[in-house]
Amino acid sequence: MTTTHEVTFPVTDPEEILKLRAGDEVVVQGHIIGIRDRTQIRIFDQGQEPPMDLRGAFLLHTAPGVRKRDDGGYDKVCIGTTTSARMVRFTEPLGERYGVRAICGKGGFPDEAIEPMRRHGMVYFAIVGGAAALETTQIEEIEEVAWEELMPECLWKFRVKDFGPLTVGIDAHGNSLYHDVQAAAQEKLKELFARI
Amino acid sequence: MSTVATDLQAVVEDAAAHLYVWALKDIPQDLRDALVEAQKRETSVPGQRVLQTIIRNVEIADDEKNLVCQDTGIAVYTCRVGERFPLHPVRIYEALRDGTARATLEHPLRSNAVHTITRENTGPNVGHRLPIVHWEFVPDWDGLDVKCVPKGSGSENMSFLKMCVPADGVKGIKQFVLESIVGAGGKPCPPGIVGVGIGGSADYAMYLAKEAIARPIGTRNADPVVAQLEDELFELLNETGIGPMGLGGDVTVLQCHVEHADTHMTLNPVAVNYQCWAARRATAHVAADGTVDLDREA
Repeated sequence: MTTTHEVTFPVTDPEEILKLRAGDEVVVQGHIIGIRDRTQIRIFDQGQEPPMDLRGAFLLHTAPGVRKRDDGGYDKVCIGTTTSARMVRFTEPLGERYGVRAICGKGGFPDEAIEPMRRHGMVYFAIVGGAAALETTQIEEIEEVAWEELMPECLWKFRVKDFGPLTVGIDAHGNSLYHDVQAAAQEKLKELFARI
Repeated sequence: MSTVATDLQAVVEDAAAHLYVWALKDIPQDLRDALVEAQKRETSVPGQRVLQTIIRNVEIADDEKNLVCQDTGIAVYTCRVGERFPLHPVRIYEALRDGTARATLEHPLRSNAVHTITRENTGPNVGHRLPIVHWEFVPDWDGLDVKCVPKGSGSENMSFLKMCVPADGVKGIKQFVLESIVGAGGKPCPPGIVGVGIGGSADYAMYLAKEAIARPIGTRNADPVVAQLEDELFELLNETGIGPMGLGGDVTVLQCHVEHADTHMTLNPVAVNYQCWAARRATAHVAADGTVDLDREA
């Protein structure tokens, strides 16, 4: 039996994250931050401080499709989520140095994310990859954009309403659905190989 | 003759511009049916959640006239050119490139094209050898079929090649496909279409795998031996338990399609190309007089 939660980001109370368990359903309110490969390469490999506060933040792995307005702001066109696994090595410093509490993407993180997430009280949220038409309707506004020269891999601030449904893929207690599914599948493969 | 050719080039360019956006917004009926079918047989809680969300997403894309997925991919076209079609493939290629760029700027669509080393953007989804066009030439015909398959990177990154040896046999082929899809886990946005290319050479096997993912879902190879392999792999892949978005479940793939070529006696190549659940494709049939018939199901 799984539970459904509503969480508003950024979070200030660590309990908001600790109460979540792998497999639970979550709907998110408040503000989330869009981030991607080049954004994180700039922060961690090139040593540039992010011009947004990431404490208690929810990070979304995205490079949105947008339309620039005459006033310099951006309208959403189509906003979806990219594969997380490419960016797993940034998990530890995001939690330790910047106090990020949630990372959301598609396809999951490998096992190397489990320990940093447990240590820093973080979770990984699985979104449905490719479901961008729905996701776009749940993003109310693009409130801020930094590092526009990395377009579309900038740092984005979105205001969201009823963002989800998300599934807790990795919780802050050392549990990972991806680990469990992969372990079971490897066992199953042995059986299938014996049969074919 | 040159007037006709110029007009036809404009017709093909318009068709390409239309196909690219249309494919991104309006997924084929066979795919819609396969997703509903998948949702009926999925028993895991996260798997159900994923499939219900996917189906809701497709409906919202219809209602809002938005893209199904934000990844506009790399534009891949397959052209079947009749030997008497009155526009040279050089001009067909120009038309496809210009149509892709125009659609990207006009919609606007996210531009994904970058130089492989510098990673600088090379233009509106065009660049050196982009879009990618595959050619087939058809004797005794004066028409042109253009199929557009926008290929997302999440699934394209989950492509695998193994040069099995003849002694590995069909068992080796099956093992490699199973290992590949289990290893890919949730990354390629399952449940999708697993394309398998066997035989030929290393490069041709991968081309065949790409051809396999662009077929309508559930079609079967004309060669009964290959069709049987498709059935077996489909069953086996859905026993792995990877499930929708890799969160565990009964539905790991919507289908498995296999294409084959005859090969050298010492070769046994097997290539896997994955197509995500948003398996987008759209086709235009262009007649010699410039008449265009749009076809979502081909």
